[in-house]
Amino acid sequence: MSDYNFAYLDEQTKRMIRRAILKGVAVPGYQVPFASREMPMPYGWGTGGVQVTAACLTPDDRLKVIDQGADDTTNAVSIRKFFQRTAAVAVTEHTGAATLIQTRHRIPERPLIAGQILVYQVPIPEPLRFLEPRETETRRMHALEDYGLMHVKLYEDIARNGAIATSYAYPVKVEGRYVMDPSPIPKFDNPKLSGTPALQLFGAGREQRIYAIPPFTKVVSLDFEDYPFEATKAPHPCDLCGDEGSYLDEVITDDRGGRMFVCSDTDHCASRQAEGHGGRLSTQGDAA
Amino acid sequence: MTEHPLLQVSDITKTYGGRIGCADVSFDLWPGEVMGIVGESGSGKSTLLSCMAGHLAPDSGRVIFDTRSDGPRDVLAMNEPERRMLARTDWAFVHQNPRDGLRMGVSAGGNVGERLMAVGARHYGSIREQAVDWLGRVEISSDRIDDRPRQFSGGMQQRLQIARNLVTGPRLVFMDEPTGGLDVSVQARLLDLLRGLVRQMGLSAVIVTHDLAVVRLLADRLMVMKDGRVVEQGLTDQVLDDPQHAYTQLLVSSVLQV
Repeated sequence: MSDYNFAYLDEQTKRMIRRAILKGVAVPGYQVPFASREMPMPYGWGTGGVQVTAACLTPDDRLKVIDQGADDTTNAVSIRKFFQRTAAVAVTEHTGAATLIQTRHRIPERPLIAGQILVYQVPIPEPLRFLEPRETETRRMHALEDYGLMHVKLYEDIARNGAIATSYAYPVKVEGRYVMDPSPIPKFDNPKLSGTPALQLFGAGREQRIYAIPPFTKVVSLDFEDYPFEATKAPHPCDLCGDEGSYLDEVITDDRGGRMFVCSDTDHCASRQAEGHGGRLSTQGDAA
Repeated sequence: MTEHPLLQVSDITKTYGGRIGCADVSFDLWPGEVMGIVGESGSGKSTLLSCMAGHLAPDSGRVIFDTRSDGPRDVLAMNEPERRMLARTDWAFVHQNPRDGLRMGVSAGGNVGERLMAVGARHYGSIREQAVDWLGRVEISSDRIDDRPRQFSGGMQQRLQIARNLVTGPRLVFMDEPTGGLDVSVQARLLDLLRGLVRQMGLSAVIVTHDLAVVRLLADRLMVMKDGRVVEQGLTDQVLDDPQHAYTQLLVSSVLQV
């Protein structure tokens, strides 16, 4: 164990964050301001998510950290190590075994269960920000439920691209009231936000906001009647595990246009391969 | 229907510290009527307009609007959501500078559609159809629908602003110097267009301007303001042809005759 307080932050700070979280849970989708602390990592690396995680962790928790679905990328590895060192909690790469999952820009493929907490890292929590730069005005728009502008953005998308081209950070309406930025998850993941048994918390460190989706909350993606919301993904199966329903990363494999599609959720892909599923490239790998 | 005035303004006073913005202004506006407010810069006409439209809170006075659903109501006593709803359904506000009234980063179609979407329209096809229709009415060709207002000339921007405001079929339009900053030929076309729309839609309007030609063409009645107070009011032609107050006489005689 280190000389740090449990999970790095001091107890008063954690209390302050927990109060913000409770308020966020009480008002689903509402952005609660909180006194974000400086963390030993740059803004944009998940300072908000880390503070929410620190406030929620208990010594009995089992932590999983993912970055774009992967357990083994820099961001995920360093945050996992951070909490191993400062909180000495157990860690795991299995979605099903984790009690607390901090994520950057993905929701795990495996459905979450009751008792789990999913913590999102959020760069810009205000869904109206790029339409209305004034914070005073966006707050008033939230207060008055004045969300016509959000549809203007979607209208512009269709007018320019023929379809709603927003493919990540796709705005949602929570429980029929607040319009919320679900953090830059692909819109493929949007349907999973709604009605999950798990608690979903969102932390934005630089912007000093926390918001939440409590379990079994209705989350609707905004759309037009004649251009309904579509959860899109690359139209391929995974080249390693053969899954046709998971969200895929496209990986360039050589300079001659060779590419492969693999599950972005590494745990999902690995456990499917362990169960004996294979894709286009995995059988070749086995043979070689 | 016509037993109430559409808008009753009584004793509006607004001061900026010790200075008077406008003082004790009262008038009634009847359905289908166009009221002109003229005066020199600093006479309080824009302050008055902002107070009526709910952009500024006056120190005292009442603005009673005959709403569609609940009959006459004091606009200043309404809460913010109600006032915003009114401002985007039954009211319209045309700014002097189209940059204040338009979203410059959003296409013309999006600008026209914004009010529709704000009141709940969620069908892309029909929003676009109405946008095309309105662009046509203000003489902007429909192939410009996806261009941004930045790419439009000043006159086109002003016409786009008018289309954006009238798309929800308002009953009352506030205009603050609608022809300001435009050259005379463009002004003439815009006035022609406005006059047509006002007559055709049966709009009531309050037009603030310092240009007497604009009120001569558009307004039924005229109010002359000086130092925050109304010095003379009456039928437009009567006031302009037979001014009684010294200031109005000065104003009328100051117009260059070409």
